Amino acid sequence: MEIEPSNHVHLTEHRDDEGQRMGMWIFLFTEVILFGGLFLVYAVYRNMHPVDFHEGSIKLNVVIGAINTIILLTSSYFVAMAVSSMQKGKVKQARTLLLLTILCAIIFLVNKFFEWQTKFHHGLFPGMEEFYKLSHGESLFFILYFFMTGLHGVHVIVGAVFIGFILRYIKKGKVNPVRYTLLENSGLYWHLVDIIWIFLFPLFYLII
Amino acid sequence: MEEEKRHIVGLDKNTLIWIDLLILTFVTISVAQFNFRSVTVIIALLIASTKSYLVITNFMHLKFESRMLKLMVGIAGVIFILILIALFLDYSAR
Repeated sequence: MEIEPSNHVHLTEHRDDEGQRMGMWIFLFTEVILFGGLFLVYAVYRNMHPVDFHEGSIKLNVVIGAINTIILLTSSYFVAMAVSSMQKGKVKQARTLLLLTILCAIIFLVNKFFEWQTKFHHGLFPGMEEFYKLSHGESLFFILYFFMTGLHGVHVIVGAVFIGFILRYIKKGKVNPVRYTLLENSGLYWHLVDIIWIFLFPLFYLII
Repeated sequence: MEEEKRHIVGLDKNTLIWIDLLILTFVTISVAQFNFRSVTVIIALLIASTKSYLVITNFMHLKFESRMLKLMVGIAGVIFILILIALFLDYSAR
């Protein structure tokens, strides 16, 4: 009798779903440390220049910030539902929800683009002429604003690409209702991006 | 390898968390219209922390993970916050 090795692959396959998720959590810790350092710099400079930070904050558009907050929260909700759908075996629904998440990411970035464009127009980007007329504290505010929202924006792009890969894997059957840890991990990353924005929004847009 | 039994979060639960998050966003914007002086930042941070807690426990399913993973995230979180507070106090006291 001939033994076909391919028939035995799934029997000998070693999987550690929890270990995979734990690895993702450990990676997320390093992301938190990255942003944590920046939040610390923010805290120290805001403590030194409270009035200048308030003046800088007034120049930001709270409405766009609030809309972007709602968009990111909603996209997190979509990803959470995509995981539930996949667990229930509703693959098509999961794919639609992931597509909606990527759409949210794109809308977020478009808003960010217009927001930044306005700031560029007013010459508030470090290195522009108007920037050097700002007070010391206010220039620090805008350096931190551009750096932190910029770094967050990069994370939004990475998260959207990650989810794009998951969509491909679902199509190929590599991510399926039995094996969906990759989908969960992309969700974990996306939720972290959301959490970072949850802190960025009040700290930059809502300073009294 | 045997399948681990996983908890599936229902649509209603996810929607409830999403609505809570939207309400908290509305609260944080409304509160920022009033000046409570130094307390304003603390209120904003408390609301943001509450929102993060909701996302971590429910959307990120930490609620349904093993005790080991919960401990890991909890300890790392507490140490992280303590280090931030300690460094901030050090700088602001100079």
